[in-house]
Amino acid sequence: MSILQILDIGLAGLVLAVAAWTVFARDAFAAVVGFVAYGLLLSLVWVRLFAVDVALTEAAIGSGVTGVLLIGAAGRLRKLEASGGDDELPGASLRLFAAALCIFVTLVLAGVVLSLPDPGPTLAPEAARHLAETGLGNPITAVLLSYRSFDTMLEKVVLVLAVVGVWSLAADQYWGGAAGNPRGAEPDGTRALLAQVLPPLGILIGIHMVWVGADEPGGAFQGGAILAAMWMITMMAGLTEMPSIRSRLLRLVLVAGPAVFVAVGVAGVAFASGVFAYPTGFAKPLILFIEAFMTLSIAVTLPVLVAGPPKRLRQQ
Amino acid sequence: MNAAPIASASTAGGSLLWLAIILPVVGILASLLSGGRHAERIALLLMPTGFGIAIAIAIFLWRSGQPLVYVIGGFNPPLGIALRADGFSAVMLVTTALIVAAAGFYARAIFATPPGITEARAPLTFWILLQAIWASLNLVFLGGDLFNLYVAIELLTFAAVPLVCLDSRAETISAALRYLLFALCGSVFYLLGVALLYGAYGTLDIVLLSDRVSSEPVVWVAAGLMTAGLLAKTALFPLHLWLPPAHANAPAACSAVLSALVVKGSFFLIVRLWFGVLPNVPHEAVSFILAALGSAAILFGSVLALQQERLKLLIAYSTVAQIGYLFLMFPLVQGPNLWVAEAWSGGIMQTLSHAFAKAAMFLAAGLIAESLGHDRIRDLRGIGAVMPMTLFAFGLGGLSLMGLPPSGGFLAKWLLLKASIEAGRPIWGAVMLSGGLLAAGYLYRVLAPALSSDILHLKAPPRRSREAVALALALTAIALGFAPKAFFDFLQIGRVAVAGGSS
Repeated sequence: MSILQILDIGLAGLVLAVAAWTVFARDAFAAVVGFVAYGLLLSLVWVRLFAVDVALTEAAIGSGVTGVLLIGAAGRLRKLEASGGDDELPGASLRLFAAALCIFVTLVLAGVVLSLPDPGPTLAPEAARHLAETGLGNPITAVLLSYRSFDTMLEKVVLVLAVVGVWSLAADQYWGGAAGNPRGAEPDGTRALLAQVLPPLGILIGIHMVWVGADEPGGAFQGGAILAAMWMITMMAGLTEMPSIRSRLLRLVLVAGPAVFVAVGVAGVAFASGVFAYPTGFAKPLILFIEAFMTLSIAVTLPVLVAGPPKRLRQQ
Repeated sequence: MNAAPIASASTAGGSLLWLAIILPVVGILASLLSGGRHAERIALLLMPTGFGIAIAIAIFLWRSGQPLVYVIGGFNPPLGIALRADGFSAVMLVTTALIVAAAGFYARAIFATPPGITEARAPLTFWILLQAIWASLNLVFLGGDLFNLYVAIELLTFAAVPLVCLDSRAETISAALRYLLFALCGSVFYLLGVALLYGAYGTLDIVLLSDRVSSEPVVWVAAGLMTAGLLAKTALFPLHLWLPPAHANAPAACSAVLSALVVKGSFFLIVRLWFGVLPNVPHEAVSFILAALGSAAILFGSVLALQQERLKLLIAYSTVAQIGYLFLMFPLVQGPNLWVAEAWSGGIMQTLSHAFAKAAMFLAAGLIAESLGHDRIRDLRGIGAVMPMTLFAFGLGGLSLMGLPPSGGFLAKWLLLKASIEAGRPIWGAVMLSGGLLAAGYLYRVLAPALSSDILHLKAPPRRSREAVALALALTAIALGFAPKAFFDFLQIGRVAVAGGSS
């Protein structure tokens, strides 16, 4: 057994252990911390499976943004628990049933996955064969923005709907207000320092990740998530604040990604072989054009989702 | 019956398929961007256009007699994505366009932005999400790729859940949360199954998969996971727990869309899975289980509907029961038998007539609740005299639910009953008949006091145009009962024969 194999087995064991700890943690906050650690370990697993794009997404979205969302939720729940909210735990029989169901599904899945053909049938050669038509070097980006660009565009619409859904939970009187704390609400030395030092670097890395995504691992989602993280850090430090949900600029940036995507897609009817097709020779510049707007939309959408519904009126 | 459609070549009229999806997507983005009253205007402007597209798709389909196909991006499946429309898709597209438009027109009175305000929460959310439901359902009916359909059900979930808690009372928020949990679990199960199928066969395209799948463990596990997930979204007994509070507490226009259309979206995908992806895998045992659950839903849902105190809860439990009927078609659409076409038509007819009847009943119940300030059944005595048109719409919808002639509900149950007797399985027919009796029971509980001669005072009389919307929907459910034979031939376009012995 080689060193790498031993490390792989260790990593797999660690992932399972952290997952179990997350499930059995008594405290919601502890479970969230476990979940974030689990996501980071999982991204290492993806690296070991040579799926760097998936690893980056798992680290940025699965662990990063989701982690921030869950920490926020756990914090609010803790306030609720402290104020003596009714703490209805499901009964023992229901929990046993849920556990049995989960174990059953896991075992069945494990059995079936082991029975899958090896090497499995795959579209990878097909994806590589058409890569030249897209002008890209990264087949994953080609799948996301060319072969199956329709899915990716619709996923961006899902994000828009998520924002509408979160905003819909606002109290009526705060419609038109803003979420989160106002600027300067939490003047905190260390946090403010971090929020001033980190973003220049982070913004550079985020943009770099989008740019290289055409040919190497990276892309709009991962780059956008890093940009989003930078905005969130400055907001947590009280250096910036959420704009009003009625701000025309905010709305423009939220819909820009999917809107440009749809516009370029529909233009394919006139200038290429059909909807969501790119004209020969223009595929790569058009894809980068779409990605630029998608990055912008993602960088704004994720913090808007984390900030939650508007809960204060913004001073003019 | 037609041969399997050609997998990957755009047909005449194929462009209409992407247009049917992109049009409401553009509406969503434009509505959020321009905000306020514009959202309502955009939604109401797009609805007739979208209806025109749905009709055009049906006409192209009728002329060619073959499924319409459009290959997106110029990359053929399995690398790219294809959209396909068969007879079932086309009638669902038209039904969705009609009911969404009816709900929109009805909702103008409630979800208008108040004067003096540029934008308000509930109206903006409503008009955006109504278009989102429309877009995602069109994608559900047209998607030819299992992952593309996953995106469709994600869109549908995110569009439907916030509609439940638009009036932000605590009980509606908890109903919406429960709905969200069921729906998200359903999505995850579906996605697991899709990943397994890709791992085993290297394609997600429905037509290509149907040629490759064979009866082996991975297919059964994948199909089981996907079906379980979709059943949770369809609220088939015993996964119906989320439905009554969600559908009964939502604003009436939202309840109508949720009960008439949204649960049918995931049902449509269960049909796609078993009759589109897996027609070559005999599945009589699974069909038996689905029909047994459907029967339990009919009896259980109807009995609970009999016990409800509130009108909207009664209608919601009636949805639980009526969803059960949809699954009775599964054991009857098996093998190369003569009655298969009848059972298929019956199942689709039930989907359509329940959609129109239930939308009409929820809209009528909404008018009653607004005019009285409550919807307690025992305090509805005399409502028939003061709101005759509303009660008439409610009654006609109920007629179709009971399966009395002439109505779409009657035709649906008649076709399914006939198929069950020809197939030598009268048990399903017996369930249908007892379900009809129970439906008569719970509707009598509403109609008998409503038609009493007591004097009732309304807080405010309903607007005539909104009553007309409910009545038009109910009349459509009745008119479906007069569908000519050509309509049933249309429903067979693109149906794939299911493997299995004749019994």
